[in-house]
Amino acid sequence: MKQLVNGVLKGNRRSIAKTITLIENNPTEAQKAISKLYLHTGKAHIIGITGPTGSGKSTLIKRLVEELRRKRKRVGIIAVDPSSPFTGGAFLGDRIRMQKLSTDKEVFIRSMATRNSPGGLARATKDAVKVLDASGKDVVIVETVGAGQSEVDIIKIAHTVVVVLAPGLGDDIQAIKAGMMEIGDIFVVNKADRENADEAVIDIETMLNMSSEKEKWKPPVIKTTATKDEGTTELLNHINQHMKYLKKEPIDTQRRQKAETELVEAIKQKTTDSIIDELRRKGELEKLVEKILAKETDPYSAADTLLEERLKGFKTHR
Amino acid sequence: MSTKRKIRIVVAKPGLDSHDRGAKVIARAFRDAGMEVIYTGLWQTPEQIVETALQEDVDVVALSILSGAHMTLFPKITKLMKQKGLNDILILGGGVIPDEDIPALKKIGIAEIFGPDTPTNTIIKFIKKHTQKT
Repeated sequence: MKQLVNGVLKGNRRSIAKTITLIENNPTEAQKAISKLYLHTGKAHIIGITGPTGSGKSTLIKRLVEELRRKRKRVGIIAVDPSSPFTGGAFLGDRIRMQKLSTDKEVFIRSMATRNSPGGLARATKDAVKVLDASGKDVVIVETVGAGQSEVDIIKIAHTVVVVLAPGLGDDIQAIKAGMMEIGDIFVVNKADRENADEAVIDIETMLNMSSEKEKWKPPVIKTTATKDEGTTELLNHINQHMKYLKKEPIDTQRRQKAETELVEAIKQKTTDSIIDELRRKGELEKLVEKILAKETDPYSAADTLLEERLKGFKTHR
Repeated sequence: MSTKRKIRIVVAKPGLDSHDRGAKVIARAFRDAGMEVIYTGLWQTPEQIVETALQEDVDVVALSILSGAHMTLFPKITKLMKQKGLNDILILGGGVIPDEDIPALKKIGIAEIFGPDTPTNTIIKFIKKHTQKT
């Protein structure tokens, strides 16, 4: 463990890879490593890039990384793809467009499957980001596929969220969906060489102008054509501007909120895990599953029964 | 939470083949068998494949070659993997590979060669047996 942590801090790629695997397979064990690494995090600019399938996120990220490398930034990338709910398997194909970056020693790319964690974003992603941050990356990019609603989790991880859309993907509908519009700090209409790119930009701008909150940061909407490397510099400028804006903000609100969210998530996770593990060990879970199947009770009442003893002193939600 | 260990596998096309239908079919079969498949796409150099295996921390590297360059590319890959200390990764070969080349390939560390007509199930069973994961 100590060796692994030291390896990560030195930027050793094998140690980084092994630590992320540990996070995926054995969260309890990995936590010891994360606690040590946590003290070395906070230096990287974490950028979330999300958007529907086919909007060209991977190609755009490749361009962005090339640009960052020209500025000698060290970059970590985590590409999240969904696991099959049926087989648990996953096809992780986002590297394909970034393969040329594979052999760059200052770039580390890791594909992660969601392993069916709710919210679409693997629980492990958050910790993997910490590993890359602690390993000395200046920028960590998290790529997630999102149709909108389920990907809002990314906001809990990233400093800057870039939402990538493309003309002809039903953007007018996407734009109306709540989640996506609210999480974006920057909006990109990629594949801007296609027809209707300008309309897509106007659609998004209209939607953004309708938002009632008076935020100091007004999300820009920009056009890119990643395949032709057009608009990358502009995108990176906006990303950097957003970081500057964040730095000017009173640190308290921003960071406090993130730290609190993280703590709440950790409490949720730990409570649920320990209670469910115990119920399984005692066989209580199975007994109640049988009862639910026999229609003798329903899941909510069953949960109340299970939690009554354990949460004495706390009121369970009803 | 105890997450089940997953087999992670790189499916790679080294060299200059220009089609990858077979590799994609295999990748799909692995996914359906519950594995996490990292697909590299076409035209990969040995360096790219080995770096991918390292960063993705995979259990298996499955290489597919149709161009006849296996006797040059496979040894390059196995050698690079050893250099990087990736000794515990199972390496498989597939594609168009003549029988007489197989003994030499096994000697350099390719665990098994699967020809074009191998049922995907045979490969999956082999992988499960040799990685001892679910």
